[in-house]
Amino acid sequence: MAVAKSQVGSKAGSTDGRKAAGHRAAKAASPARSAAAKPQVADFSREEELEAYREMLLIRRFEEKAGQMYGMGLIHGFCHLYIGQEAVVVGMQMAIRNGEDQVITGYRDHGHMLATGMDAKGVMAELTGRRDGYSRGKGGSMHMFSIEKQFFGGHGIVGAQVSLGTGLAFANRYRKNDRVSLTYFGDGAANQGQVYESFNMAELWKLPVIYIIENNRYAMGTSVTRSSAQTDFSRRGLSFNIPGEQVDGMDVRAVRAAGERAVEWCRSGKGPYILEMQTYRYRGHSMSDPAKYRSKDEVQKMRNEHDPIEQVRLRLLDKGWASEDDLKKIDADVRDIVNEAADFAQNSPEPDVAELWTDILK
Amino acid sequence: MPIEILMPALSPTMEEGKLSKWLKKEGDSVKSGDVIAEIETDKATMEVEAIDEGTVGKLLVPEGTENVKVNTPIAVLLADGEDASAASAPPAKDEQGIAEAAKNGSGEANSAPAASAAAPVLPASVKADVASDPDIPAGTEFVTMTVREALRDAMAEEMRRDGDVFVIGEEVAEYQGAYKITQGLLQEFGADRVIDTPITEHGFAGLATGAALAGLKPIVEFMTFNFAMQAIDQIINSAAKTLYMSGGQLGASIVFRGPNGAAARVGAQHSQDYSAWYSHVPGLKVVAPYTAADAKGLLKAAIRDPNPVIFLENEILYGHSFEVPKLDDFVLPIGKARIHKAGKDVTLVSFGIGMTYTVKAAEQLAAEGIDAEVIDLRTLRPLDIDTVVASVMKTGRCVTVEEGWPQNSIGSEIASQLMEKAFDYLDAPVLKVTGKDVPMPYAANLEKLALPSVAEVIAAVKAVTYR
Repeated sequence: MAVAKSQVGSKAGSTDGRKAAGHRAAKAASPARSAAAKPQVADFSREEELEAYREMLLIRRFEEKAGQMYGMGLIHGFCHLYIGQEAVVVGMQMAIRNGEDQVITGYRDHGHMLATGMDAKGVMAELTGRRDGYSRGKGGSMHMFSIEKQFFGGHGIVGAQVSLGTGLAFANRYRKNDRVSLTYFGDGAANQGQVYESFNMAELWKLPVIYIIENNRYAMGTSVTRSSAQTDFSRRGLSFNIPGEQVDGMDVRAVRAAGERAVEWCRSGKGPYILEMQTYRYRGHSMSDPAKYRSKDEVQKMRNEHDPIEQVRLRLLDKGWASEDDLKKIDADVRDIVNEAADFAQNSPEPDVAELWTDILK
Repeated sequence: MPIEILMPALSPTMEEGKLSKWLKKEGDSVKSGDVIAEIETDKATMEVEAIDEGTVGKLLVPEGTENVKVNTPIAVLLADGEDASAASAPPAKDEQGIAEAAKNGSGEANSAPAASAAAPVLPASVKADVASDPDIPAGTEFVTMTVREALRDAMAEEMRRDGDVFVIGEEVAEYQGAYKITQGLLQEFGADRVIDTPITEHGFAGLATGAALAGLKPIVEFMTFNFAMQAIDQIINSAAKTLYMSGGQLGASIVFRGPNGAAARVGAQHSQDYSAWYSHVPGLKVVAPYTAADAKGLLKAAIRDPNPVIFLENEILYGHSFEVPKLDDFVLPIGKARIHKAGKDVTLVSFGIGMTYTVKAAEQLAAEGIDAEVIDLRTLRPLDIDTVVASVMKTGRCVTVEEGWPQNSIGSEIASQLMEKAFDYLDAPVLKVTGKDVPMPYAANLEKLALPSVAEVIAAVKAVTYR
């Protein structure tokens, strides 16, 4: 059984002797480029905890519903669920200017869209291939966009979004604004050649791009230890002098704190920044993944000990910032949004057949 | 024996050049390796080193002379003991001839390809009858310019017009363009808008597409389209498909341009025609101009177009001169073929450098009493099949000409569409003249065989006209 060595852990609970997550890979950056000292994971305020809880829960429930609907034959094709990784996008979104800073990612994109504030109804209707979907039913799970939310997709070719996201940052520099491009990709994409072509240009031209490597430990079914000569992804920018950090991607506070450091670095004109988010996906790579490459125990352990939503829930209860009833109320509200989206997505008509021939050229 | 120093070929496609400066004068002694002159080629200014030792007996071509053909004697080197009278200097009138060519400043000297290069057969005159283009207003004044100058002017004009337009690629800025297409742009627009990239086609094609998604209008120069194979995923999957995948929300206004197809003697990996490849893809527009006028008018249109446009140039055509309308803002519509020469007996359809064989063949056929209509497609996608069909309905016969490979070629597509749209009008099968179905060989004789020829076009026309 190829169980990868655990790379994820809360600060106190790292069970495998590996350095605690959230530890900055200071060795990745030359001293001169040291972006920050060892990060302090500042506590969230009550409002921030509640916001993070609600946002992560929305993604979790949305994805559970999408999985359910896939099983019912309402969603087809590829459908990659984000369950387990919610803290990454929610924490990063809390560190940026929503609707100004750009977001771009690969095919596991539902969470990113919801985090930027895209409407759950429009996302779900795209999953069902209906005319009220964000791409009018012509994109599907992997291809949605929102200019309003500055979400640039949704890309199905592993690694392609890295060059595109670098181009978004190029546009910011060209226009002399201080926006930042959040370019997400996985541990699998991190082995694509164009990632390094992009790193080179981004540092060469000091482009404001944060490369967020969502290391969920499996590139489809291949664990990082079987696919990557250098499994410390924060070091992947080393030869380009791009600073990097390893971040506990299961702790939304650590994510936001790292995100703020990276955003500040980029906005101040210092060029790109790499954040390796150590995270975990609970579900298979896609809906058709039997997950033979890892044990059920490994998944269960992760869920029990490091779940990003549960961590916030416990803090809220511990501090007396919310009661069980308060949290149930949030859960109920989120379920309403998701159920409404599911109903909407099933009742929206299929695209008009004339849509086949539109949007090929402007 | 005195040694003649010949005008050297300093690039694969160089046919002539300017002798900018002599660094040695008559009577100077020269050692092997000494720089004796500076020559401006179609790409750059190069130093010429002496190979042999001796004394400069005579400078045959004065400095400042333009259009000096490759292999023209430019100086005479004397060995020890020889004097200038030993040099059988070419008669003075030859020098005058060169000087006159320089004064004319036109590229008509192109009609004599370099002896050392297996350059494709070129027409006697490359002046196209652009005045017949219905998109050019009557009474327009024309100026003669090369395709290279036309492309540069098109970019410069559009960059002046729109601050969102920028040029990005390898050697486009400080080197002034590997083929000098971007010459002077860095000086006028600065390094923020004329951007040298590392050698990283996949990366910069993706980066530029990302910038286009964000609303900028990049002109991506590929040093040649051969290298764009590294980038073709971004061109097709990201640039061409995003508008559709986003339900019309987000598109890329971007031009991918550069020389396409065979140059001369550069071997298989640098000599491929991608016309058919890109023309296959919905979401792209594909332009392949032949004349300088079309190069200018269509590149300006491509830069303004809100869609991704593949702009296929040709290295050999860069130095060719044509009449270009003298208009402040000359923009041609993408998607319209041009009837290069009207005729009644057979329709010849071509584009880009394929037109050089086609035009020449049409001239020779005219001498034999066959009146060919020549259509320059100019745009390969959207394909102006209506113009071809209308012509074939008149002539009943069609021959297509292109340098690309035969299978699934542009000619294949035209033949197929003519079967659907003009079957009852065809008096003979549609024939294709194409590059041969082989990787491009290096050897001069083999390369020549691998490319189409005027003779093949004429043979095909005779076959379909049953002569």
